[in-house]
Amino acid sequence: MNERPNVVFRLIRGFGQFWWDFLVGDTPELFVAALVIIGVIALLSERGHFNAAAIVVLPVLATLALAGSLVRAVRLSRRK
Amino acid sequence: MLVGAVFLASCVEMVEALTIVLAVGHTRGWRSAFEGTGAALLVLGALVAAFGPALVHVPLSVLRLIVGAVLLIFGMQWLRKSILRASGLKAKHDEDAVYEESVATLRAAGTSIGRDRIAFVMAFKGVFLEGLEVVILVITLGTSAHQLGLASNVAGIAVVLVGLCGVIVAKQLSSVPENLLKMSVGVLLVTYGTFWTGEGLKVRWPGGDTMLLGLAAIYSVVTYLFVLSMRRETSAQTQGASA
Repeated sequence: MNERPNVVFRLIRGFGQFWWDFLVGDTPELFVAALVIIGVIALLSERGHFNAAAIVVLPVLATLALAGSLVRAVRLSRRK
Repeated sequence: MLVGAVFLASCVEMVEALTIVLAVGHTRGWRSAFEGTGAALLVLGALVAAFGPALVHVPLSVLRLIVGAVLLIFGMQWLRKSILRASGLKAKHDEDAVYEESVATLRAAGTSIGRDRIAFVMAFKGVFLEGLEVVILVITLGTSAHQLGLASNVAGIAVVLVGLCGVIVAKQLSSVPENLLKMSVGVLLVTYGTFWTGEGLKVRWPGGDTMLLGLAAIYSVVTYLFVLSMRRETSAQTQGASA
């Protein structure tokens, strides 16, 4: 009787673990950056000239996020 | 571009899965390796059949926003890793090393009588986890572009091709230029991620779908510049260490 909840719990935990590793893993900064990008574009949508701004801001923020993550990786490698 | 992204991503993931299956097969016998692989492929097929059609009922703008965000994160992770590897700051993914590591683990587990549970689980896990990433990419890219059938077929072709190559080259998977493939896929995933995140938030891209080419070109240049700059950083670190 106790086996079933245990298996279900393990399955749920495994499923959550997979998504955590898939989306966050060892680069939480990229996960946060994606949320910030969505937030910024959503905020821009309330302003005038939304489309023109979003077209520029979206790839620029993605590039900055990648640059930030690379800088973090370099710093971590220097510490080792 | 959709075909290229799905094909290359499927190839990269399947090379990783194949390395584990070959290690299991060579070390503990092919029966359990094939059983584990078959079971994983069945479960993955069931997942695609269950979740693929269900996603069609999600409103397109919501779907594109979620898909865009997932692809953006995943693409940036792949690009980051491949840039670090190309610049020498991270060791290249060595399939030979992965193979040797898997063989050592399997040998350390000792022999088993009857059905080889360890070999089955290892083959299943390898194929299932790598395959799950392919499934997510196929479903997300396919449903957002309304081409789930095409994306599934392309992934299927990639899996068969990698399987055939595995049979031909046996365990010499280190000759596959994995980092270059990973970098190309990273550029494509970030491109689609940016495009669909924008579409999900009601951004109207100039030129419509043609903008995908523009974004891919921008991210290719950015990646190239990052690799150059990181290589300079690596050589400065090396000179600093030797001085």
